[in-house]
Amino acid sequence: MLEVTDLTRAYGTAGSAHLALKDVSLRVADGELVSIVGPSGCGKSTLLRCVAGLLPPTSGQVVLNGTPVTRVPGRLGVVFQDYSRSLYPWLSVRDNVALPLRRTMRGRPARRQAAAASLAAVGLTDAGHRYPWQLSGGMQQRVAIARALACDPVLLLMDEPFGSVDAQTREDLEDLILRVRAERGITILLVTHDIDESVYVGDRVIVLTPGPGQIRADLAAPLPQPRDQITTKELPEFVHLRSEVSRLVRGKPLAPSDDTPAPSDDTPARAAAPAKPGAS
Amino acid sequence: MNVRDLAVSAARRLRWARQWLVLATAVGLWQLWAESRKSAFFPPPSAIGSRMHQLWFSGPASHLFLTSNATGNILPSLERILLGLGIVIVVGVPLGIALGRSPAVTAFLDPLLQFGRSIPVVTAAPVFIALFKIGTQMEVATIVAGTIWPLLLNTIDGAASVDPVQIQTARAFRLSGWQRLTTVILPSAMPKIFAGLRLALSVSLILMVFSELIGSSNGIGYEMTNASNAFDLPTLWAVLVLLGILGYVLNAILYGIENVALAWHRGARQHTS
Repeated sequence: MLEVTDLTRAYGTAGSAHLALKDVSLRVADGELVSIVGPSGCGKSTLLRCVAGLLPPTSGQVVLNGTPVTRVPGRLGVVFQDYSRSLYPWLSVRDNVALPLRRTMRGRPARRQAAAASLAAVGLTDAGHRYPWQLSGGMQQRVAIARALACDPVLLLMDEPFGSVDAQTREDLEDLILRVRAERGITILLVTHDIDESVYVGDRVIVLTPGPGQIRADLAAPLPQPRDQITTKELPEFVHLRSEVSRLVRGKPLAPSDDTPAPSDDTPARAAAPAKPGAS
Repeated sequence: MNVRDLAVSAARRLRWARQWLVLATAVGLWQLWAESRKSAFFPPPSAIGSRMHQLWFSGPASHLFLTSNATGNILPSLERILLGLGIVIVVGVPLGIALGRSPAVTAFLDPLLQFGRSIPVVTAAPVFIALFKIGTQMEVATIVAGTIWPLLLNTIDGAASVDPVQIQTARAFRLSGWQRLTTVILPSAMPKIFAGLRLALSVSLILMVFSELIGSSNGIGYEMTNASNAFDLPTLWAVLVLLGILGYVLNAILYGIENVALAWHRGARQHTS
């Protein structure tokens, strides 16, 4: 269980402080995949860094499985947005993946074996001896995912992980994440600016408002599992939910009740809702 | 080996041959010109070559054909360069990394660093003559004082410009401070460190000769002083050519080491550009 309570984070000194996050509270159950979506500058990355223990909150706290997070917790996996910067070009793919095991696992052969297993899990069995820069963007991001999975994390944080790969690769990577989650039951927090992606992968979608980042909505995404890039996205529930998230992200008001829509009974009432008079 | 590799290696060999052809032509022209002029100041390359042979490379086979002059002058000079560079690496790299990772301290010390590197070290040599014993001590001190700056400043730059994402990634994977240093900061700064080292090497050659010119009882610079005093121009020229060869060889060795140590760097750059 991940609990974030009244998290506030300011940058800069008291006089010219800029609030990146204000009173953000959320709970994520074990094994849940929560998408966090919002326009740029809404503090998504700040939220992830606070949860990762990389950035101390100005006020409020993060509690992971009953323990307050004051520094980077054990069994945490992180996938950064820019794989070309977060993978080390001087290390082979295998050594990159084995890196997080330095702290926990003794002996280079053991670490390499664990790295190989992790690479196999993301479909990169044969790439271990190569260097990251010899791989395509999609493959590099797979390496970053393998590295995050290598230490057998209970919590996986992903900061716009698929922002810089092409659409087809992106869909493959989304499905990879869903598969890994189904296999290992990892809790995942995924930050994205892509609304389709947030709805497609999430059990829940949290929408943040910009400056300062606050939770605007926390929507359940009760789409059937396993999800499929084509049939899931054809479902009226999906179409409906993505419109709703889209409106929230753009800051337009929607149906009166703010959270947990009931996607079973949909279109007519929903379609009418956003065009509330006096809204624009 | 496929066709492309063959083509690449053929092109490389052609370029290599062309470079040597240019050098050989230049030497040939000089030979013709010098022979026609018969100037005492510009001996022909053949005369310089035979003087080099006679001075340094006509020794017994058991000494790798090195004469006692060669072992008595060239080796001490090389030793001074290597000792000086060794000290500079051992001091400059750790210090540079430490300063590069502490911007506040570096900002504080910056005036001092800028001042230090602006002093032309050749002018400080008389001070070193007073401070140290004439001979290896004073010469190594001169080399260290002159070569520490390019290496130190480049290392500071390299350590300071490590991508913050790379540092943050290491922190997210809970690497210890020492592990961050050895697996992230040092490799990342390595290209700049090598750039500093190349500069330091060329400076060290100059300072080696200079310090031997002013205060030494052996070494290449000392041999040069003697030849100059005796108006022995062929020997002077032989020393000049020897220095050129030494510089070339030392540079080639460093380049070879760099090629192995920074293979990833070249590869990554080629792939992204």
